[in-house]
Amino acid sequence: MSDASLPNGSLPSGGANPQSVSLTEPDARTKKRNAAEKRFRAYGIAAIGAGLFFLVVLLFAIVSNGMGAFQQTFINVPVYLDPAKLDKKGERNIDDIKKVSTFGYNPLIQKAVFDAVQEAGIETPLEKTKDMKALISASAAAQIRDMVIENPDLIGETIDVRILAASRVDGYLKGRVKREDVARDKNIDAEHLDLVDGLQQAGVVEKTFNLDFILGADASESRAEQAGIGVAMIGSFFMMMVVLFLALPIGVAASIYLEEFAPKNRITDLIEVNISNLAAVPSIVFGILGLAVFIQFVHLPQSAPLVGGLVLTLMTLPTIIISTRASLKAVPPSIRDAALGVGASKMQSVFHHVLPLAAPGILTGTIIGLAQALGETAPLLLIGMVGYIATNAPDGIASGLLDPNSAMPAQIYEWAKRADPAYYERAWGGIIILLVFLVSMNTLAVLLRRRFERRW
Amino acid sequence: MNVMTRLEKQVDTNAIKMECRDCQVYYGQTHAIKDVNVDIEDKTVTAFIGPSGCGKSTFLRCLNRMNDTIDIARVEGSFKLDGEDIYDKRVDPVQLRAKVGMVFQKPNPFPKSIYDNVAYGPKIHGMAKNKAELDEIVEKALRRGAIWEEVKDRLDAPGTGLSGGQQQRLCIARAVATEPEVLLMDEPCSALDPIATAQVEELIDELRQRYSVVIVTHSMQQAARVSQKTAFFHLGNLVEFGETGQIFTNPEDPRTESYITGRIG
Ligand SMILES: Nc1ncnc2c1ncn2[C@@H]1O[C@H](COP(=O)(O)OP(=O)(O)OP(=O)(O)O)[C@@H](O)[C@H]1O
Ligand SMILES: [Mg+2]
Repeated sequence: MSDASLPNGSLPSGGANPQSVSLTEPDARTKKRNAAEKRFRAYGIAAIGAGLFFLVVLLFAIVSNGMGAFQQTFINVPVYLDPAKLDKKGERNIDDIKKVSTFGYNPLIQKAVFDAVQEAGIETPLEKTKDMKALISASAAAQIRDMVIENPDLIGETIDVRILAASRVDGYLKGRVKREDVARDKNIDAEHLDLVDGLQQAGVVEKTFNLDFILGADASESRAEQAGIGVAMIGSFFMMMVVLFLALPIGVAASIYLEEFAPKNRITDLIEVNISNLAAVPSIVFGILGLAVFIQFVHLPQSAPLVGGLVLTLMTLPTIIISTRASLKAVPPSIRDAALGVGASKMQSVFHHVLPLAAPGILTGTIIGLAQALGETAPLLLIGMVGYIATNAPDGIASGLLDPNSAMPAQIYEWAKRADPAYYERAWGGIIILLVFLVSMNTLAVLLRRRFERRW
Repeated sequence: MNVMTRLEKQVDTNAIKMECRDCQVYYGQTHAIKDVNVDIEDKTVTAFIGPSGCGKSTFLRCLNRMNDTIDIARVEGSFKLDGEDIYDKRVDPVQLRAKVGMVFQKPNPFPKSIYDNVAYGPKIHGMAKNKAELDEIVEKALRRGAIWEEVKDRLDAPGTGLSGGQQQRLCIARAVATEPEVLLMDEPCSALDPIATAQVEELIDELRQRYSVVIVTHSMQQAARVSQKTAFFHLGNLVEFGETGQIFTNPEDPRTESYITGRIG
């Protein structure tokens, strides 16, 4: 019989090694093995060290290039809203006031800055008010015009305003624009820079924290000082909502079905292989698919976060399915047996026992998938999620989903493309914000996993 | 030999609870159970003995269709519970498993509290109308599982935090809580000390008053002590099946004799 017991008395008589060696003196083989082990450890430490080094370099580059975007140069001046210019008829008729374009406001602001220069007693060869134009952002006139239209009673008064300084001035204070360079710059002269120095000493020009960069909208190519990432952030937020509400339920349902209910056969094998392959499909392919299906075929609006969300959902689904299936697989089969053994149905065993145990893994996978989607750029370019949105946030969920918008990574890409070096700084700043989001999402994933991981 | 102490124990012949005919189980190409015919009597303890890997667990799992969960397993033959074919297409295995409970070879408590472990079955079968009734069921089951005294002060503690033997008794309590008509126990005492073993054996004896119990065991003494019927499996074959006393004193097959006297296995 195959499993018959050992023949009697043939137990090996375990004994000591005949040539007994001292334990305190390692023999040649042991020494060699130990040396190999030490070498291997050294390689490992070197590899990790190199990784850390590059991480530090990267972080340093990002922070040093991008921090500037969070600061902005402003000019604080009292502006006299001259009725003779803004409301010639003097009737305070809102329609008349609206007829005055930003060109009507520019001289007033330039005058205000010029007066500030005089008051500070700065010696300068720039003797005309028009010479102040180079210091002031083009957005300033629009800013004051909006204030006046909102409150026409301001006309005739002198108001203290904080206006954006021109991007070159900002660059000068941040060290981006150097005196050597301005010789070839038609936007600004060395005399202007002297003025800026003087005004800064006088406290008229100041560099402060720039909330508008985080909350504001994009601006035109020539107004880098005004651009913010806020609206793109909202676009990204709406897309993430779409991804979360579609990819999580679909992904989890698909994984539960495949893992727990589906018979293991050719078809499910094929599906499985395809899902794994989908995860490796370049994201730009999803972009083209989204363009062909959602925009050209279904006629959804271009540049809409809904479409972006749908495309990113397609992209995120494989990630979520793979991680969900992995965490379902990690639940020991004995738990399923136990549930079935007391007469629970398949469904009950899955929902009462398996899913709660797999939940932390599913959650982590979902958050990681979302983070991936948040940083995705290529497919968004194809469906036109690079809308130039210079206005403010959309109102309401419906318009938020359907109005043209941009997304954070696409916005960063847009900025990086623009010629003005001031936009380069903003691109880095945008990357910092994006990274803050990604790092917090990943931290959240880690915390959730810690919190809910088998508590016993 | 002391395995024969209970030899004279009286054996009543009871109605047949489960009837298995020409049973075959295949795991892919492996033929794990070959032509097995067994009758499980009502109000009787039936012991399955045999060397490791001979198919005891496999056969036991046929009785409540747990083999359905193994993709590569294929079961053939007729299995009847109270005259009804349990492999009939119309039979819901879930309903079957409520009637035929199981304690697994490896303790597998849910990663929930001790209370929830035991209460889960009664809850999903709607056996308790309110919390008080459920409490009562849980306490009774834990007492029958011989673990009440140890856990009564920490019912909220996780079941997975118990020792291996305690976990196994918790699993026994969980299985009896749903009041199955047939209880399948796969080596329930392999992780238990002699005291707990004695308690479980007492429980088995008590269960026998109302239900039938099938127990897989590697302990000849235990088989002799608790069972009235014994089946000896070897390499997937049912070598001998009969009265426990008969098997242990006067086995017909030489393989049975070799095994119970310790020469196989
Ligand atoms: N899930 C499975 N897949 C493939 N083969 C299996 C599976 N389960 C059991 N077998 C095979 O079936 C045969 C019987 O196994 P089974 O678990 O029934 O043995 P057993 O008698 O319970 O052994 P033990 O006393 O060690 O528990 C063994 O040869 C085993 O390799
Ligand atoms: Mg077994």
